[in-house]
Amino acid sequence: MSNLRYLENVVTLELDVEKCIGCGMCAEVCPHGVFVIEERKARIVERDACIECGACAGNCPVEALTVKAGVGCASAIINGWLTGEEPSCDCGGSC
Amino acid sequence: MRWGFGRTRYSISAGLYAIGTPSSDSPVLVTANYKMTFDILRRDMHGHDAWLLVLDTKGVNVWCAAGKGTFGTDEIVRQVQKTRLQQLVNHRILIVPQLGAPGVAAHKVSKACGFKVVYGPVRSSDLPQFLANGQTATPAMRRVSFTFKERLILTPVELVSMWRQTMWSVLVLFILGGIGIHIFSFTAAFNRGGAAILTGVLGLLAGAVLTPLLLPWLPGRIFAIKGAIAGLAVGFLGVILLRDSLNWLNSLALIMAVSAVSSWCAMHFTGSSTFTSPSGVEKEMRKAIPAQAAALLVGGLCWIATAF
Ligand code: SF4
Ligand code: SF4
Repeated sequence: MSNLRYLENVVTLELDVEKCIGCGMCAEVCPHGVFVIEERKARIVERDACIECGACAGNCPVEALTVKAGVGCASAIINGWLTGEEPSCDCGGSC
Repeated sequence: MRWGFGRTRYSISAGLYAIGTPSSDSPVLVTANYKMTFDILRRDMHGHDAWLLVLDTKGVNVWCAAGKGTFGTDEIVRQVQKTRLQQLVNHRILIVPQLGAPGVAAHKVSKACGFKVVYGPVRSSDLPQFLANGQTATPAMRRVSFTFKERLILTPVELVSMWRQTMWSVLVLFILGGIGIHIFSFTAAFNRGGAAILTGVLGLLAGAVLTPLLLPWLPGRIFAIKGAIAGLAVGFLGVILLRDSLNWLNSLALIMAVSAVSSWCAMHFTGSSTFTSPSGVEKEMRKAIPAQAAALLVGGLCWIATAF
């Protein structure tokens, strides 16, 4: 997996280290190993691997994480442009 | 079935199911009511005892349903209460697939119904080992992969999801193909339109089959560029094979059109891949679509010019 990477420096993920209580939920739910927990704080180590799925932000009990979550799917984004709404995932059986 | 159409037929009823002969101490696994997900889970858990809490995700798989929020906190709480789970089991733990996490807030589930969410592995085939390890996942179980085999499985999905665009293109190409010095002729529509459709099919194969399979080896990170490169290669190959029957206008038309179509299809593969972010895809599309349109226009003009 580590050989497949997408574009650099486009991801909207932000971590507020002040708020973080080091519970480790973000590291547990992230499917791409974006976080490590060090000295009872989360740290972003693989920022460009983030796919903006929103799992970490939704499961952080103290709202220390923000990310503009959505679906990384071209058809959905075109739908979003055409209808002026947020892209929604109605593409195929696989997404 | 992974195919795009008629997917709602492949759903099962939400509620509580048993695998083996579970007791009040057996684990509770949460899943979606997409039939294929359910069947795979049952297969992978064969020989174990567990409860399955199936959420109503409208027949959509866990990952997509979590993105939409139908696989989420509210639906978990609703099913826990509806099935009176707290009376059935002694423990207070729900094992939720990790790919469902975008829709679920673990701390809110426990506040609302008293059950603690433990995220299970990404792949259900790792579940038996996860349970044997005292419900802990190894780092490898937490990671999403995207192997050659997984990409191969997705290519038919890509082709099917393109079928509507393909039908329209075929119609337009027939009509355009008929236009020429005789104003319109059906023979020309079949010959020239047929050739153009073949070109489109080549682009489709290059973008939706070849590009996904060769993904790690195609240069760059941008899917549209990977697709364009695969299309260029296929286009050049086509020109070399057909060099006796093509003039330079035809050749240029072929190469341009195959690359444009291939790039467009490859860009759509971002939705099936497991490592693209929406911000990245949107950025890529803003740049790629004008280039694809320009290449298609050049190819199309060359092709129409050959009719006169
Ligand atoms: S989930 Fe939130 S509080 Fe817990 S480690 Fe991650 S950022 Fe910190
Ligand atoms: S949004 Fe998803 S991929 Fe990105 S860091 Fe959070 S959990 Fe990981």
